[in-house]
Amino acid sequence: MTERLLTARDLRVSFHTRDGDNQAVRGVSFHIDAGETVGIVGESGSGKSVTAKAIMSLIQPPGEVIGGEIEFRGENLTGLSERKWRKIRGNQIAMVFQDPMTSLNPVKKIGEQMTEVIRRHRGLSRDAATEEAIRLLREVGIPEPERRIRQYPHEFSGGMRQRVMIAMALSCQPELLIADEPTTALDVTIQAQILELFKRLKDNPDTAVILITHDLGVVAQVCTRVIVMYGGMIMEEAPVEDIFYRPQHPYTIGLLRSVPKRGGGTRERLVPIEGTPPDLLDPPPGCPFITRCPHAMDKCKELPPMFHIGPGHRSLCWLAEKDHPTVADVKAEGEDADV
Amino acid sequence: MSEGAERKVLVDVRNLKKHFSKSKDLWGRTTEVLKAVDGVSFQIRRGETFGLVGESGSGKSTVGRCLLRLYDYTDGEVRFDGQDLTKLGEKQLKPFRRRIQSIFQDPYSSLNPGMNVLELIGEPMNIHGLYPGDERKEAVATLLERVGLKREHLYRYPHEFSGGQRQRISIARALSVRPDFVVCDEPISALDVSVQAQVVNMLEDLQSEFGLTYLFVAHDLSMVRHISDRIGVMYRGRLVEVADSDELYDNPLHPYTKALLSAIPVPDPHAVSERIAWTGETADSEAHALREASPGHFVALPE
Amino acid sequence: MNRTRWQNLRSELLANKFGIVAIVILAVFTLSAIFAFLSPIDPNQLDVTAKLQSPNAKHWFGTDDYGRDYFTRALYGGRVSLLVGFASMIIATGIGVVIGVVSGYFGGRLDNLLMRILEVFLSIPSFLVLLLLSVFLHPSVGNIIVIIALLMWMNIARIVRAETMSLKTREYVLYAKASGQSAFGIVSKHILPNLVPVIIVGATNNIASAIMMESSLSFLGFGVQPPNATWGSMLNNAQGYVAYAPHLALFPGLLILLTVLSFNILGDILRVGFEPKLGRR
Repeated sequence: MTERLLTARDLRVSFHTRDGDNQAVRGVSFHIDAGETVGIVGESGSGKSVTAKAIMSLIQPPGEVIGGEIEFRGENLTGLSERKWRKIRGNQIAMVFQDPMTSLNPVKKIGEQMTEVIRRHRGLSRDAATEEAIRLLREVGIPEPERRIRQYPHEFSGGMRQRVMIAMALSCQPELLIADEPTTALDVTIQAQILELFKRLKDNPDTAVILITHDLGVVAQVCTRVIVMYGGMIMEEAPVEDIFYRPQHPYTIGLLRSVPKRGGGTRERLVPIEGTPPDLLDPPPGCPFITRCPHAMDKCKELPPMFHIGPGHRSLCWLAEKDHPTVADVKAEGEDADV
Repeated sequence: MSEGAERKVLVDVRNLKKHFSKSKDLWGRTTEVLKAVDGVSFQIRRGETFGLVGESGSGKSTVGRCLLRLYDYTDGEVRFDGQDLTKLGEKQLKPFRRRIQSIFQDPYSSLNPGMNVLELIGEPMNIHGLYPGDERKEAVATLLERVGLKREHLYRYPHEFSGGQRQRISIARALSVRPDFVVCDEPISALDVSVQAQVVNMLEDLQSEFGLTYLFVAHDLSMVRHISDRIGVMYRGRLVEVADSDELYDNPLHPYTKALLSAIPVPDPHAVSERIAWTGETADSEAHALREASPGHFVALPE
Repeated sequence: MNRTRWQNLRSELLANKFGIVAIVILAVFTLSAIFAFLSPIDPNQLDVTAKLQSPNAKHWFGTDDYGRDYFTRALYGGRVSLLVGFASMIIATGIGVVIGVVSGYFGGRLDNLLMRILEVFLSIPSFLVLLLLSVFLHPSVGNIIVIIALLMWMNIARIVRAETMSLKTREYVLYAKASGQSAFGIVSKHILPNLVPVIIVGATNNIASAIMMESSLSFLGFGVQPPNATWGSMLNNAQGYVAYAPHLALFPGLLILLTVLSFNILGDILRVGFEPKLGRR
């Protein structure tokens, strides 16, 4: 049994807007074990990025965490002061964003920015920090790191900048790295290189990764476990194999069907999910997928419980009711339901 | 497409070049040139979809915009249905501006936020004097229904629609003047996965219904294969390979194409993909013109 | 412009207490300037027996050194000050929008030329020009309006040019161009309507500076000539009496301050109100 790193329980985040409260995250519970790579997949408005920001306590007004708690290494992080948070961010939990340029200081050399972080977090001497920066840059695949650390961010291409960001995030040896769409802004060939990097991180037992993406291909390549989000809720969670070979939730199935298959020839008809995602200002009371689901029935107007499909595999859908117990029941029987 | 070879060429691009001035001196003379498109030739046959793929900076969007004559090109020729558009002035170009329509990438910036759906879709009709008077509303409503929207959306504004719905409005607008050829500049890149499939299917249906010809510019290789009959791969302003789409994916010849294809993340955890790295052009790869390696399969490599 | 944009703006204005105060102040000032003639007292009527009175029940703002009713003079003075502000704003905005749109939309050499002209205007020390011109020209209200407008259009022209340049790369403009829409059609249907927010904001700030300019000019004695009053000239006259009749300086000063401040606050709120907000996602 691996060590539990992070647990989120019934996380709720709303954005207060002129038109009412946008309920971006509506009761999300999951956990991350040390060293694993978990993918959170979803479309825009699914709440995946907001969930990540909530974990890092980075929700800014008009957003507000209105419920739930986060436990990191057994310690409850809810209501921690901003000062304590700043210590955790960067030290134990690091984050990489979609656009690296916004998180790099344009007037400071890469080396300075990196050694500053390393020295602050690890108390190394200037020389040792520089050496460490060079080692990290080499590790993330930047050629000639000795020369590169003396350059400014604008002298790096988009892919290189994202590598620098990852190197910087890794420089404080975090136990958890949260990457929010780290490859979305990049070209495919560059994306492939960054994904290689994440694949290598997967084998690193000291750093767990949460990879937030809309791209099922990225998830399949990099993650060990997958959380599928829709309308601010978790629809399905399972080991990566189960998601792709034994998906249970109609949304997951629909999502997989709507991307072209590998080797699928020209003009093979795609199967889209009809309709549009729910309006989170006024979400439907039951299952958020009810308006687009081909299996929607009367019962779906009531929110289903999480059903226990198999080890580490759960699904928020009434279709699973017949053959599977709920996660709560399994837990009550004392078995490990993995949440 | 087997019968494709006999079809008539609708769009014929010959040695198209578009250079932008990167910097100018004090007197406004160009000192540095960006060769966005640097000698591109291809043909699109009537009724087919030609996919143009490449990464950012490859010049694929610039080609599309040159075909729309948003830019005057530096050199080369574009023939549309036998007519050379290169030297036409805006007035002689006008009938072609009806026959060549466009759909853009960003569903947020491609619709004027201050116009309602009727005005948006009515604009090109206005320009070309189609469906005057009372017919207009009916024609627009019919189009709306054709792209999966409703008649009651006529007086709504763009911000009231989702990204996918806006893209449907763009499609309806492009079709409103009964074009022959539609330049689709990354029309699905900004959309969610499940919605992309809706739009792709719709574009395919409309193509067969109205006999449209498409230029489909994209960076998403898996979707491009889906919709295109033939695909051209661009790299730094040049075409490096052109082939039928299945042929291109199953039997890529150019190292850049190979690298590009191997970089697609496959949505299957069991897929063993070996990534082929591409280190940039080798000394001799740039200078080569396209040559026919096998029937219909062109590649910019030495023999 | 569509409905929600205006709705956003309205809620932004109503949510801001300063905004409401500013609107009320400006409304009161404008109305009293328009209806100044309803005052039973002639602003230019002299009464040497009652000069330099402090504010009292009969003369709300007191009287000046010729014994004229200061409140009525302030009413009429506001008329001129606000008229100059509005009129020069409208002229300046007109010039600025035309030059900004032409420069931004067509670009190239024309843009280059217009921007050089603009820079020349910007580099003229405006006060010097005001003073010189008022020596040569008859300082009538009309002349002052035109002169102030000519010294003020550059700001709007610049903002409008920048916004036009950004708007013309929007995909809906590209689409219109590719569909054969004429330059006039593109500007009138796609550019101008979307410039409205920046124009309104710029214009609001322009009124404020026009009123300031007129006041300074009158304060120096080169503005509208006596016996007609403006707030600036009233302030000017008050100079000699600051020690024993401070109300003469206080009232026109306060009126100028409140007006300029209100327009500036309004401009700020409009700017925020027009910004796209985190709404439905």
